[in-house]
Amino acid sequence: MSDTLAPDQTPADIDSILAALQSGERPKRPSLISASITQGWRALLKIKHVPEQLFDVTIFPIMMTLMFTYLFGGALAGSTKEYLQFFLPGILVQSIVFITMYTGVGLNVDHEKGVFDRFRSLPIWHPSAIVGPLLGDAVRYSIASTVIVVLGLILGFRPDGGVVGVVGGVVLLLVFAFSLSWIWTLFGLILRTEKSVMGVSMMLLFPLTFASNIFVSPTTMPGWLEAFVKVNPISWLVTSVRGLMHGNADGADIVKTLVASAVLVAIFAPLTMRAYRRK
Amino acid sequence: MAATSQPAIEARALVKVFGETRAVDGLDLTIPAGGVYGILGPNGAGKTTLIRILATLTRPDGGSATVLGHDVLAEPDTVRSKVSLTGQFASVDEDLTGMENLRLLAKLLGYRGRAVSARAAELLSAFGLSDAADKQVKHYSGGMRRRIDIAASIVVTPDVLFLDEPTTGLDPRSRNQVWDIVRALVASGTTVLLTTQYLEEADQLAGRIAVIDHGKVIAEGTPGELKASVGAGALHVRVSQPDRRNEAQSILNDHLGVAVTLESDPAALSARVDDAERVAAGLAALTHSGIGVETYAFGQPTLDEVFLALTGRHAESEPEPDAGTDSVDGVMQKEDVR
Repeated sequence: MSDTLAPDQTPADIDSILAALQSGERPKRPSLISASITQGWRALLKIKHVPEQLFDVTIFPIMMTLMFTYLFGGALAGSTKEYLQFFLPGILVQSIVFITMYTGVGLNVDHEKGVFDRFRSLPIWHPSAIVGPLLGDAVRYSIASTVIVVLGLILGFRPDGGVVGVVGGVVLLLVFAFSLSWIWTLFGLILRTEKSVMGVSMMLLFPLTFASNIFVSPTTMPGWLEAFVKVNPISWLVTSVRGLMHGNADGADIVKTLVASAVLVAIFAPLTMRAYRRK
Repeated sequence: MAATSQPAIEARALVKVFGETRAVDGLDLTIPAGGVYGILGPNGAGKTTLIRILATLTRPDGGSATVLGHDVLAEPDTVRSKVSLTGQFASVDEDLTGMENLRLLAKLLGYRGRAVSARAAELLSAFGLSDAADKQVKHYSGGMRRRIDIAASIVVTPDVLFLDEPTTGLDPRSRNQVWDIVRALVASGTTVLLTTQYLEEADQLAGRIAVIDHGKVIAEGTPGELKASVGAGALHVRVSQPDRRNEAQSILNDHLGVAVTLESDPAALSARVDDAERVAAGLAALTHSGIGVETYAFGQPTLDEVFLALTGRHAESEPEPDAGTDSVDGVMQKEDVR
């Protein structure tokens, strides 16, 4: 290893180790919230050490937004500015939903490297090892959302819902992203390599996001596709976020989105924890 | 620490099967509290699976196991609050620094506020890692890595510490350091369960040893008892004039009073013998006859010889397991699947 530190000159100090062992009394067990926040802190520390991993929440969303706005804007809505009013909430959803898959990839790496085995051997609330990273991801998604909304505003996105509407839309998106992530956490634990986690996630995410109302209104689609788009929870989410941002939200869509989120957690959280405990 | 009546670990008819492989196969074991207990066996003997079961990471398929009287299946959280483990499979986070790893564990174990950093700094300093506190663990040397792994295991002092092959791949200096640390742990009252492939390591550290092969305990006792069970000590001689080896054999035969074996080395002979006086006389006679003694070794059998006597093969000549072991179980790595 060329990468190691200089040869370690300082040996372990046996007397100090004995002293440390004497003082190693077990404190009170932390609450489940505190354990989860600690695990979230671990996720954020990783960003500190490898800031490049923020590319996926900064450069990638900027690229997506610019590319699709200028590719489709003129053709679909007559002008890019016109299209942006429709498209910006959609590309926001698309970008965030896409980067949720890194949750599963990261989990898979932790699992393979044995970090999880140490956590599993501790007397802690075990779902914190999954919930914590998801809380850390919420920070990443917030960064990405801010980047996209600010870029949108620069390009001419004018949300009628104001600050409250935009923030409300982002919060709903974060709730859905958290819930959707439990699918990837399950894959992260049961699939063997990070590449396979990535592959399976892509396979699901492409149809889910493109066969939705993110890019175009479904009315011009063939009937079978329109039918799928209408029952695709991503479409409910996009409609809700659009509504919130433009100040004309339909309560029914928001409720449907929240129910879809709850169902995702109810199914995939127990499966994830079962996979985590098994082995 | 004086051994208490409560054993640290009791396993009864423990079984764990991975596909076709019976990694642990009806294993019985009682480990007294206090001291170092060595689990000795070649790759694939089932050592790591045993440790994983005892640390609640793997569910056994049959039998029972208790740690300090608590069943690993019925009371996993109580067991987790008593044990700690260090091994290739239970690692620290390589992307974080040594300091961050210890702070993370301190927080997860319930330390609050300033006590978190104080505990982390205390451990880093004790383990000679203060200078590397803010370096990512992936840049640590092998010896430093093993020390941070052990430090991470004693953030809260455990009653029982599992050390899975703690010195595999370390240079002799780092290995001696780990041994010193293990002795310090024992002095503080922790029971250490150590798995190793190195006979010397078990001999150096362990008060008692279980030899494991194919998921079963095939011998158990103090290092001295195990050696005694093989029978006598051994004399190995290399003569200066190999062409007169048959003559040397009959001279030694006469003096030792036991059968003398010709080794594959054309200059070497060996015999199972305890009596040092007779050995001295035999060697003197060889010198006197002019055949000459080039080298000789006489002593108790090594643990390798114990293993050979128990299983009919050398402990360290076990073939390396397949690389493609992941197919059986993503987590169970080379140790348990052949």
